[in-house]
Order: sequence, then C-alpha cells, then structure tokens
Amino acid sequence: MAKKVIEVKDLHVHFKTFSGTVQAVRGVNFELFEGETLAIVGESGSGKSVTSNALMKLIPQPPGIYAAGEILLNGTDLIPLTDKEMSKIRGNDISMIFQDPMTSLNPTMKVGKQITEVILQHKTISRSEAKIKAIELLNKVGIPFPEKRYSQYPHEFSGGMRQRVVIAIALAADPKLLIADEPTTALDVTIQAQILELMKEIQETSKTSIIFITHDLGVVANVADRVAVMYAGQIVEYGTVNDIFYNPKHPYTWGLLGSMPDLDNEAEERLYTIPGTPPDLIHPPKGDAFAARNEFALAIDYEMEPPMFKVSDTHYAKTWLLHEQSPNIEMPHIVRKRIDSFLAKEAMHHD
Amino acid sequence: MTKNKILEVKALKQYFQSGSTTIKAVDNISFDVYEGETLGLVGESGCGKSTTGRSIINLYNITAGEIIFKGKNVHTNKSKKEKQQFNREMQMIFQDPYASLNPRMTAGEIISEGFKIHGLYRNKQERQKKIYELLHAVGLNSEHANRYAHEFSGGQRQRLGIARALSLDPSFIIADEPISALDVSIQAQVVNLLKDLQKERGLTYLFIAHDLSMVKYISDRIAVMYRGKILEIGKADDIYHHPVHPYTKSLLSAIPLPDPLSEQRRVRIPYEHQEMPENATYYEVDEEHFVYGTEQVVNTWISSR
Ligand SMILES: Nc1ncnc2c1ncn2[C@@H]1O[C@H](COP(=O)(O)OP(=O)(O)OP(=O)(O)O)[C@@H](O)[C@H]1O
Ligand SMILES: Nc1ncnc2c1ncn2[C@@H]1O[C@H](COP(=O)(O)OP(=O)(O)OP(=O)(O)O)[C@@H](O)[C@H]1O
Ligand SMILES: [Mg+2]
Ligand SMILES: [Mg+2]
Repeated sequence: MAKKVIEVKDLHVHFKTFSGTVQAVRGVNFELFEGETLAIVGESGSGKSVTSNALMKLIPQPPGIYAAGEILLNGTDLIPLTDKEMSKIRGNDISMIFQDPMTSLNPTMKVGKQITEVILQHKTISRSEAKIKAIELLNKVGIPFPEKRYSQYPHEFSGGMRQRVVIAIALAADPKLLIADEPTTALDVTIQAQILELMKEIQETSKTSIIFITHDLGVVANVADRVAVMYAGQIVEYGTVNDIFYNPKHPYTWGLLGSMPDLDNEAEERLYTIPGTPPDLIHPPKGDAFAARNEFALAIDYEMEPPMFKVSDTHYAKTWLLHEQSPNIEMPHIVRKRIDSFLAKEAMHHD
Repeated sequence: MTKNKILEVKALKQYFQSGSTTIKAVDNISFDVYEGETLGLVGESGCGKSTTGRSIINLYNITAGEIIFKGKNVHTNKSKKEKQQFNREMQMIFQDPYASLNPRMTAGEIISEGFKIHGLYRNKQERQKKIYELLHAVGLNSEHANRYAHEFSGGQRQRLGIARALSLDPSFIIADEPISALDVSIQAQVVNLLKDLQKERGLTYLFIAHDLSMVKYISDRIAVMYRGKILEIGKADDIYHHPVHPYTKSLLSAIPLPDPLSEQRRVRIPYEHQEMPENATYYEVDEEHFVYGTEQVVNTWISSR
C-alpha cells in the first residue's frame, strides 16, 4: 500500500477581525498518499486557500490562529513547529504554487538565479551544477531556449511562461508534496493543458503528491484521484474522482456539477444555479451550513449539523439526506441526465 | 427568424506602434452580427479580442476598415446627436468586476452616471424608479442602491456592471470576459441573467471569452481568433462539432470536461501555425460557416475533417 504523506485531522483556522472571529476552516479532515492528487473544489470564500496555506504554516498570525487540529507530515505534527523548523520543510518537503505568479517571483532577479537559489537551499551541490539543473527544469516546463531565458527577468516572460517558471521553482527541490492553488485559472486552455500534462509527468517520475485547488470541474476531472468538496469551511463531500462525478451525494456538489454547461447538449436549457449567498463565517448557521440554500433541506438541517455519512469505503458526504430515515431524494434532473450521457458514451466506447 | 445585420465589420485593422515595431493587434477582420443573436469571440490571450471590441465601440481611431452599426459608419458619423445616440445604443461590460467600478460610488450612483450625460430622467423620482427597475432586472434589490461597490461580492459587482450597461437601454452589448473572474456557480447565474435579458429586451451580444465551454453554451455563432485574424466563424454547433481549421481543432481538444473517464482518454491536438499568403481569404465550407485560408489549403482541411 502507498505511503501516507499527509494527514489533516480536525483542522480549525480562525481570523480575529474587527467585526468578530471568522471561522474560515471548521474541522477539515483528509489524507493524501504518495503519488496521489487531491483536488479541493468549492466556491469563493469556502476556505480552500486558507486550508492549503495552513499546510505550509503560512497563515499570518495575527490575525490568524490555528484554533485546533493536527497537520501530520509523515507522522509529525506541523502545528507546533517553529518558523525555523518550518522553513526547512517548505520547499524541501512541501512546495506551493500560488495563483498569481508575480507574487512568487522577484521582479528584480533573473529568472535562472531564482531557480538556482532554491536548488542550492535544498541540495548540497555546486553553483554550476545547480545552474545545469535549473536549465534542465526550464526545459522540462516547456520554456524554449532555456539557456537564453535563464538570464532574463520575469517581465520579459509572458503570463503563461511566468507561471511555468513558478512551477519550475516549486519543483526545484523535488518536493514530496506540491500544493497548487489555482495554478492554471489565469491561463488559456492550451497552456493550461500543457501545464497539467507536465505536472502529471513529473508526478509519475518523482511520486510527488499533489493538492490541486481549482474551481474548474473540467480540470478536476482531468487531474484528480480524489476530490474534496468544500463548503463554508468544511469538507462536505469526499471521494474518488469517479465517486464525486458519477455518484455525487451532497446537494451542494449537485449544484456545482449542474452549473457547468454541457457541451453536447443542443437544447437550450438554463444552467442550474445555487440560490442565495454563502453564510457568514463569523456567525456560522446552526445545523447544516448549506440548509438555507438547499432546495432539498429537511427540518433537521436547521437544528443539527450532519455527520459525515459513509457511502462506500472511499466516499463520504455530510448531509442528512443520507440518513436511513430520510426521504429518498434524487439528484436534480439536469445532473442525472448529464451523468447518464457521460456513462452512456463510456459504454459505447467499450463496445 | 429574418436576419438583420445590426453590425458590419469590414476589413478592420487596428495597429499599435510600440517603439519601432508595429503590433498588428487586429489584422484585417470582417464579420457581421445579426440583430438579437450572440456572437462569441474566442482565442488565446493577446490574440486581439479586446482590441476588436474596443475598436467597434469607438475607443480607438481605427487603422483601416469600416464599422457599420445600424447602417451608419461608426467612425465617420460626426453630428453630436448621432454620436450620443451611438453611445447609448452600444455598451460594454468589462472583465474585472473589481477594477471597473468606482469603490467610492454607491450602486445607485454607478447605475445613473450616464443619465446626466444624456439628460435622461431629470426628475428625481423618475430616476429613482429607473435605478430600482435596473437593480431588479439584474437580480439585486432596491436596498442595494445605497451600498458602495466595495460592499458587494464578485457576482453582485458583475451584476452591477450589467445594470450600468443596461441603464441607457442599449441594443448592442459587448461583454468582454464578463465571467472569467467568477467561480462556476456565479458564472452560471450571470450567464442565465444575460440570456434572460436578451430574451426580454431583444439585445444583441458580442461575447468575448477564452472559456470555450461557456461560449458554446451562450452563443449562436462563434468566431475563432488567432494573432489578429479570425480563422473560422460559424454556428456554435458547427464550430464545436465540425471544426475545419486546425487551430479550432486544437483549441477544442484542450477543453477539459467534467467527465473523468473521458478525460483519461483525451488527446490534445497540438497546433502548428502556417502563415497564409496574401491571397488568403474566407471560404464558405457550410452554410454560414467560413474558414480563412487559400482554396487549396482549405480543401485539404475539409477533406481531412
Ligand atoms: N487574513 C484574513 N483575515 C480575515 N479573514 C480572512 C483572512 N484570510 C481569509 N479570510 C476569510 O476566510 C474565508 C476563506 O477564505 P479563502 O481564501 O480560503 O477562500 P477560497 O476558498 O480560497 O476562495 P477563492 O476561490 O475566492 O480563492 C473567507 O471568508 C475569507 O474572507
Ligand atoms: N493600447 C495598446 N498599445 C499597444 N499594444 C496594445 C494595446 N492594446 C493592446 N495591445 C496589444 O495588442 C495585442 C492584442 O491585445 P488584446 O488586449 O486585444 O488581446 P486579448 O485577445 O483581449 O487578450 P486577453 O485574452 O489576454 O484579454 C496584444 O499583443 C497587446 O499587447
Ligand atoms: Mg483561494
Ligand atoms: Mg482581453
């Protein structure tokens, strides 16, 4: 069995603000094995970035607080570690790709130097060996003429190329865990596809584990082994990529899947939307946080928070709809129809 | 549906001078937009989509070509009245809902900004009524009128941008990546809203985006742009199901679908650009489906379809 790289247990992250304490992450649990990709999806403000920044211990304190929980990297809890101990882990064991490439590049330093610095920080090799390795990396991330590009500044690169440089830097130390926060959202589909292919290739050769944050469900279907769906600071559904896309159980997941347009559907159907707005995380609602926006909400949803119900060994969802005494509620027609058409296409392919 | 041309773009060129080099941002494009339809404009970053939109709405002195809106040449109709009329009829929605609204103005002020310029709704009550009507039209409510732009969420701001664009009762709206900055569930709300408004008000849209899946969903026809040129234009379904130009095929092959099993099999088609000679032009390969190239090249593309 594959090695467990990271395990997050009951993580709570709060922010003390002027108007009150924002409970940004409210009890997140997941684990990730060697060579696996976990995608975290969910709407804006649901706590995806806070969760991933917490794994790097990058939550600003104050206003942030690690209010409870453990982050176990190869069995060691990161929460009590000092900054100094953490900085050894960052880049060495865990690397992160941020959404905006410019925030992680130094505009006044040549691109090549930025990569060699990272390599030298983490490996005891000579400067010239590091340079060779950096050029190799630039080549690997698909930058043409890497020797020439090595001595250019970030502003001489296009947006997509800068993002590839950021990826090269993140990979420079051969991390065991790579966290990518919306790495391709700002890119064209073609460049996005190239970068996804590259990440998978590198994952295959170096057995990297990847946490991939995105709100593009197409990208999730492409890269993920497992998917965590977040809502209001909690994981509300967790499963393999097939569990989530072909057998979704949480009404919020239904809403997400339904809001994507279906390219093969010729009929003019309205897109499914999730009504209302996300809850206030200073005063999270009583019961199920999704209740107010859930057209299938039950009376109990306004009273008691649902536990994670087990659907299968790989699949869990936090909704009272899965309780044995709940009425039998089907997913919305538009989602059912789409899944059926995907599965029918799949069956045809195998004939 | 009888098709009226509301907009005709003829041999439009928009060049920019950058030091000693000339950037051919838009390089000789021609297309029509029919009344009441949505034309999607797609292509990679920097291919000239925004420049096309901005040239049409008369933000630039165009380098060459003609833009005819409702039968009148946009860049030569000089009477003040005609200009004002044009400024009312054509509006633009911008990509970034955060940057395009003044955070120090209330929603009401943002929406009614154009009224003064055009001398509309001078009576305060009338003005108020129109503001409320617009807020309702985009799914906001009257209480939002006194809130400042920075107090709105991304989706709400984009609705506000749409309300502002509608405030002068336009007939033609250029939407430049109106949903790219939003997350999927809010994208769906905004797209549904744009479709509803189109039905209610008979609006015509030029919808600019790089997200092909939403474009396919919202558009009647799609134009595919690459390095300042339109390479292929046709009905959305034809472009999606029967693309001819290799660039279109490559673009389509790169869209990830929310279907993990098919994603495992997806093969991306790389694109190798082939410069066209001077005599390249548009060939009609199907009804209303045009491809840019030389006769010989287009024929080889068709036969390998
Ligand atoms: N420094 C901070 N101070 C106060 N609140 C914060 C801070 N950082 C994040 N939050 C809050 O925590 C919640 C979760 O934010 P987070 O950035 O994780 O969202 P997200 O899921 O990554 O959203 P997006 O898709 O927009 O990136 C939000 O309500 C946000 O306002
Ligand atoms: N005012 C300007 N001066 C000089 N060059 C410009 C100007 N506006 C645009 N360009 C250039 O023209 C080309 C087309 O730009 P445009 O903004 O139209 O692209 P786009 O297709 O909208 O791209 P994106 O998807 O990134 O918004 C680019 O090379 C751009 O750098
Ligand atoms: Mg985020
Ligand atoms: Mg643009």
